[in-house]
Amino acid sequence: MRILIKGGRVIDPASRIDAVRDIYIEEGTIKKVSANLKLNKTNIKVIDARGKVVVPGLIDMHTHLREPGREDEETIASGTRAACQGGFTSVCCMPNTQPVTDNQAQVEFVMSKAQKEGWVNVYPIGAITKGLSGEELSPIGELKEAGVVGITDDGEPVANSMIMRRALEYSKMFKLPVISHCEDKNLSVDGLMNEGYFSTILGMRGIPRQAEEITVSRDIMLAGMTGGHLHIAHVSTAGSVEMIRRAKRMNIKVTAETAPHYFTLTEDAVKTYDTNTKMNPPLRTASDVKAIKRGLQDGTIDCIACDHAPHLDEEKNQEYELAPFGIIGLETSLPLILTELVDKKVLTLREAIKKVTLNPARILGLHKGTLAVGADADITIIDTRLTKTIDKFESQSKNSPFIGYKLKGFACYTIIGGRICLAEGALVSR
Amino acid sequence: MKLKDRNLLGIETLDPAEIDLILNTAVPFKQMFTRSVKKVPTLRGKTVVNLFYEPSTRTRASFELAEKRLSADVLNISVATSSVVKGESLIDTAKTIEAMKADFVVIRHSMAGAPHLLARTINASIINAGDGMHEHPTQALLDLFTIREKKGRIEKLNVVIVGDILHSRVARSNIWGLNKMGAKVTVVGPVTLIPSHIEDLKVKVSHKLEEVLPEADVIYVLRMQRERQKQHLFPSLREYSELYGVDMDKLAKCKKDVIVMHPGPMNRGIEISSEVADSSYSVITEQVTNGIAVRMAVLYLLGGGAENVEGAE
Amino acid sequence: MTNLYRTKKVIMTKAEIAIAIKRLALEIVEKNHGTKDLAIIGIRTRGVFLAERLSAEIKKISKKTMPIGVLDITLYRDDFTSLSEMPVVKETQIPFVIDDKKIILVDDVLFTGRTIRAALDEIIDFGRPQSIQLAVLIDRGHRELPIQADFVAKTFKTALTEMISVNFQEIDNNDQVTLNDKVS
Repeated sequence: MRILIKGGRVIDPASRIDAVRDIYIEEGTIKKVSANLKLNKTNIKVIDARGKVVVPGLIDMHTHLREPGREDEETIASGTRAACQGGFTSVCCMPNTQPVTDNQAQVEFVMSKAQKEGWVNVYPIGAITKGLSGEELSPIGELKEAGVVGITDDGEPVANSMIMRRALEYSKMFKLPVISHCEDKNLSVDGLMNEGYFSTILGMRGIPRQAEEITVSRDIMLAGMTGGHLHIAHVSTAGSVEMIRRAKRMNIKVTAETAPHYFTLTEDAVKTYDTNTKMNPPLRTASDVKAIKRGLQDGTIDCIACDHAPHLDEEKNQEYELAPFGIIGLETSLPLILTELVDKKVLTLREAIKKVTLNPARILGLHKGTLAVGADADITIIDTRLTKTIDKFESQSKNSPFIGYKLKGFACYTIIGGRICLAEGALVSR
Repeated sequence: MKLKDRNLLGIETLDPAEIDLILNTAVPFKQMFTRSVKKVPTLRGKTVVNLFYEPSTRTRASFELAEKRLSADVLNISVATSSVVKGESLIDTAKTIEAMKADFVVIRHSMAGAPHLLARTINASIINAGDGMHEHPTQALLDLFTIREKKGRIEKLNVVIVGDILHSRVARSNIWGLNKMGAKVTVVGPVTLIPSHIEDLKVKVSHKLEEVLPEADVIYVLRMQRERQKQHLFPSLREYSELYGVDMDKLAKCKKDVIVMHPGPMNRGIEISSEVADSSYSVITEQVTNGIAVRMAVLYLLGGGAENVEGAE
Repeated sequence: MTNLYRTKKVIMTKAEIAIAIKRLALEIVEKNHGTKDLAIIGIRTRGVFLAERLSAEIKKISKKTMPIGVLDITLYRDDFTSLSEMPVVKETQIPFVIDDKKIILVDDVLFTGRTIRAALDEIIDFGRPQSIQLAVLIDRGHRELPIQADFVAKTFKTALTEMISVNFQEIDNNDQVTLNDKVS
């Protein structure tokens, strides 16, 4: 299929373009990028992108697709539909499925399923330890060979410092980042929300910020010691931001992500006992939100990832204590970034786009995240002026605290490998 | 005058005028207890479900009496005798109760926020009879009633709450209530049992009971759960009792007209000595009587009007 | 929500009220052949003041003091759940044993009879009086229950939309009964 995207504001951080350009796509790759393209070809699908923003396809490096094991919550098909609707062209799926993605066969299952049913590119993340048990390293080399782009024990952080050291050392050979969900489970035990004023008045056990920061600190030290690539997942506290900032200054190989809810919401959202405010790490305070925004501004935090964590209504609609942690995010991430960060002048549009395209691609070693000639034609076209109230989802689960939010800026086209999958804001074909 | 919300989920959301209304309404109810027929037809035909997910003798009995003295039909569902043990979700139980056309649900639950979930799910008026470590609003109301009755006022009184503040819903509700009514609250207990940011609730914090006793008008003693010892929160009950147990020696340091309160059930010899519990300083049995009157007042005030607001003249 | 009323007519003046109360007192003593076993109970709010005045008049006639009580019928109302405003509950005070007493129940205006029904229920909850007799200042008609007064100072036909307002010195700073019209 030949596609010509005409007249859009093209932002490609990799090639330092921020100007009105036309983009011509043929056979799944970008063939030409220039102003006022004149083509002597027929059978071209022309997309009028005037007034819109054309960016590299968005990449989410922290998604839970739940398949295999919890297909009632989400499937590779439904999760990638949600991704496509949200403007993402690639997602990285976490290994905490049932069974765990800790061997080649599991990686191959996910990849072949994604090939057959997925709407967007799916890159599996492998487990650091077998069964996420924190005890024995997974066959990291085999996982890499099968196609994983990183390793993590997300949700079940590696408690044993020696295992973490070995993971950081061993993964170096395969150039895989070790993604760390930082939490000292002995300190956060039974916690439901941030420890502080609100946990006290709501009568709920708190998760102190130190539960995250102790592990951030340990992992940074181990990264410094081993030279391995440490990627800190979903940073939620000011202390973590500061430690990552210092580590980067010391040239320790550390990168970091945060999630949209950590720069949008604070712990007072928990006040109504709405279980869609229950996530791990928990929502923190206004000063943490401020520090995270500053971390995004100065590059301490490299990317924004959704931590898309689907759960069923009947799981979420119960006592706060019993409800599982996590919220969906693929369909609200881009509008939250545009509304909360770009509109409010925390980041420029170009900086913001970089944190969901080029930066995750570099961290994971993907040949994605750019609109350079010759690159895969993964492209997202954004209507930055479109305002919508969040009320429905392509995801199989609806656990979002942002239902009812009026947000500005949504994907209107998602093009993956030269195929138009989302057009005029509606899913068309995979 | 009526209450703003059709549910009573906590003291935090009440304003002082509403608390006053409840306390004032409880006065004639208490007076009614001196009659031979201690019952009025006010809630005749209304159904109240007492949904108890935690064992409780006195709170449940107090609510049940209050409901019966208002002529309501009362249904008790408790964890041991219901499908709850089979693992039915709160939502499903709530829907069942809704189908039974209950007008009120009194809920006691070990998890904070359970009454809020119920209130979001069904139309009946929900009364929180204690949710986890969050609130126990009717307990605080009966305590305020008792203090006002004994002291003639609440404003500017020095109230010392001693014990396990961290795990206590009674403490939280009383702190809200006492603050709103203008009392000065000091919480006392070992550091490990004082929750973080409690000072933000405008209370003073002390770890030495003896130091705060001379100023106290009211000593509110909290129940010490024995299992806290196992959670490394304090080394031994004996040490706790020595430091924070209220006995006659400690009372000797207090004002002559100090009153001693306890939400019950008491651990005699641990947080309170038998001598104190049975002394003239103790108003503990009075709290029980007042509990019924206050709960009747709450049921009365939540029972009328609300559902008909739209159709009212 | 609040209805405004305009005074249309004065039904009873201060002097007329005084005479009416005297006459009611006489009738009560006459009908009961004295004051033996008599007790008087006023219904809040204005029935209470009327009861006090009646009791004073009866004392003048008989030189005897009768026990007097106050009834708050709020908790016995039958329109409890259809009210938009919760009526304030006040104390009922009956500081005597009512068993075998002849109770004179007193209210200012007799209208639908529902207040009296509630009052009867409440009195019976206190015990078993020998009899209950009803004394009112005004009977304005429109009964919804088979209830009538034993002693009526003045019967006055009204329209349903009209309102009778009884003012007593003790609470309203003047003695007067007026007929009012609803304005809005």
